[in-house]
Amino acid sequence: MGSRASSLLREEDIEEIKKETGFSHSQITRLYSRFHSLDKGENGALSREDFQRIPELAINPLGDRIINAFFPEGEDQVNFRGFMRTLAHFRPVEDNEKNKDPNSGEPLNSRNNKLLFAFRLYDLDRDDKISRDELLQVLRMMVGVNISDEQLGSIADRTIQEADTNGDMSISFSEFIKVLEKVDVEQKMSIRFLH
Amino acid sequence: LFLSYLFPFDGLLCMLLGISFTLWFTLLLIFIIVPAVFGVSFGIRRLYMKSLLKIFEWATLRMERGAREKNQQLYKPYSNGIIAKELVSLEQEIQEVRRSGIPAPEPEFDMSDIFSFCRRGVESIVDDEVTKRFTAEELESWNLLTRSNYNFHHISTRLTVLWGVGVLVRYAILLPLRVTLAFTGVGLLVVLTSLIGLLPNGWVKSSLSEKAHLMCYRICVRALTAIITYHDSENKPKNGGICVANHTSPIDVIILASDGCYAMVGQVHGGLMGVIQRAMLKACPHIWFERSEVKDRHLVAKRLSDHVADKTKLPILIFPEGTCINNTSVMMFKKGSFEIGCTVYPVAIKYDPRFGDAFWNSSKFGMVNYLLHMMSSWGVVCSVWYLPPMRREEGEDAVQFANRVKAAIARKGGLADLLWDGGLKREKVKKVFKEEQQKMYSKVLVGTAACFWAFTHCALSETILCTLLHDKSR
Repeated sequence: MGSRASSLLREEDIEEIKKETGFSHSQITRLYSRFHSLDKGENGALSREDFQRIPELAINPLGDRIINAFFPEGEDQVNFRGFMRTLAHFRPVEDNEKNKDPNSGEPLNSRNNKLLFAFRLYDLDRDDKISRDELLQVLRMMVGVNISDEQLGSIADRTIQEADTNGDMSISFSEFIKVLEKVDVEQKMSIRFLH
Repeated sequence: LFLSYLFPFDGLLCMLLGISFTLWFTLLLIFIIVPAVFGVSFGIRRLYMKSLLKIFEWATLRMERGAREKNQQLYKPYSNGIIAKELVSLEQEIQEVRRSGIPAPEPEFDMSDIFSFCRRGVESIVDDEVTKRFTAEELESWNLLTRSNYNFHHISTRLTVLWGVGVLVRYAILLPLRVTLAFTGVGLLVVLTSLIGLLPNGWVKSSLSEKAHLMCYRICVRALTAIITYHDSENKPKNGGICVANHTSPIDVIILASDGCYAMVGQVHGGLMGVIQRAMLKACPHIWFERSEVKDRHLVAKRLSDHVADKTKLPILIFPEGTCINNTSVMMFKKGSFEIGCTVYPVAIKYDPRFGDAFWNSSKFGMVNYLLHMMSSWGVVCSVWYLPPMRREEGEDAVQFANRVKAAIARKGGLADLLWDGGLKREKVKKVFKEEQQKMYSKVLVGTAACFWAFTHCALSETILCTLLHDKSR
């Protein structure tokens, strides 16, 4: 009963995560507590089952894809650093104004990285292209059994037609960015973390 | 010669032990058992509670001071939440993208739709409404129990000494005292109810049975050092009705039963529990089900209705959530008890978490472990509110009635009112909820305005489930 969560996280670790992700000290300790409460096996890492235990995530049609995004290639466990690195994509962009460090490179929550995160939800085989099949897979996950194969196929075709500029019948990352240039990605892919 | 010196000491020792035991038991009798029998209180427990609170505040202040000296922050639990969620429903968010342009003749898939699903998914990973209800609530101040401290590095020597004294007091003094009382209470219950069971049915038997039950429960209350405040006692449940309450731990039963007489409902257990159940049954009618009978909903409903129809029988005590929740929210009420069609007496129970966490995490701890944990805490402080009786209204079905009662209980006890099923503690969520989400998105995509659910500012889960539960009950 009760967790010794924050005492297991060392100050050096918190500093490193702060530099890498841009979260504040209190946000990191709170998220660590959350990480710890999800970790039923108490082994310092989360497995896919730990995520699937969250009912609101289990009923999300894209739940499995989102869970996958947390796990590095071929691995079954994600530790706290990895967890934070993925969550960092969802930090609001405005928060970066405070810690402007010109040498740190592009922050994890830049518009580009947010778009890359979404792109990877579609692009399962990581070949930097969304093929017609991959698009169909995601569409099928989102609509379930409510739309016929033909109709879904034509929706996919139309989407690719509109986005594809170089005629290779698939959507590359730059074409993806172009299609979404009018969309307020910063707002849609940001979560308001409280301080 | 050497041995002969020992004997007088030995005798002295025995005498001392004998005297201290008698003293101990006399004190126990006078200050605890006799008041329990007559239902009066010396107010010792309240004094104890007030002094403890002062000590906790002092401890927290010292920790804060220690933290400030080291220039660090104290860990504060996320009582206000880690994130602020959007108040717009998912459906509205997806519709907004389409409304901004010209209505398309064919279904338009917007690649940005995925963003909304994705963000909400990650939001639920960071903070969801359900999983946090199944672990103990986190506290702002430290109550000198190791189990609830997150700021280990800020404890000074003085605090450690205080904590050590606390451990000594709790395990060496309070625990044995409470265990003795618990055994006395339970033992008396079994013996008295068996004796009363020998009497012929009638007014004498029921009145004696009431007194015996009340007395034994009061002893058990003292065994937990429970300080209970009852509010609105004029609404106490009457015969021929059903009393429903939110469920946090098995102690709920003792808390309610020490202030009124109820007929209990439950499964027949083996062992000690079984002995207690059979003894109680002799004195007055409780409803114990065999394991096989529990599955048969009609049988259960029939037995309950028969019981309430008989006005001489006590009100039934039921916990419709079906499982223990951590006292920060009230979860879905199972509709079974609300279909019977009698008066429902709602009761809200709210524990004060500062003294000891009463929530029973049954997946982590067994019953005995839990009881020992409770008896070695400082105590249990809670408030009980008796709400005015409710009846099912015209045109209201069992599910709506259950939700209405649940909302009243949540409001009174200051708890969050959730539509999620408490069974999610152990089971996976049903696939049908995901299918509803998919159906909703398909409709937006294909553009049929036929069944447009008019959602107002509700979180996604609440609204989807609201209509779902509504449909499922038909």
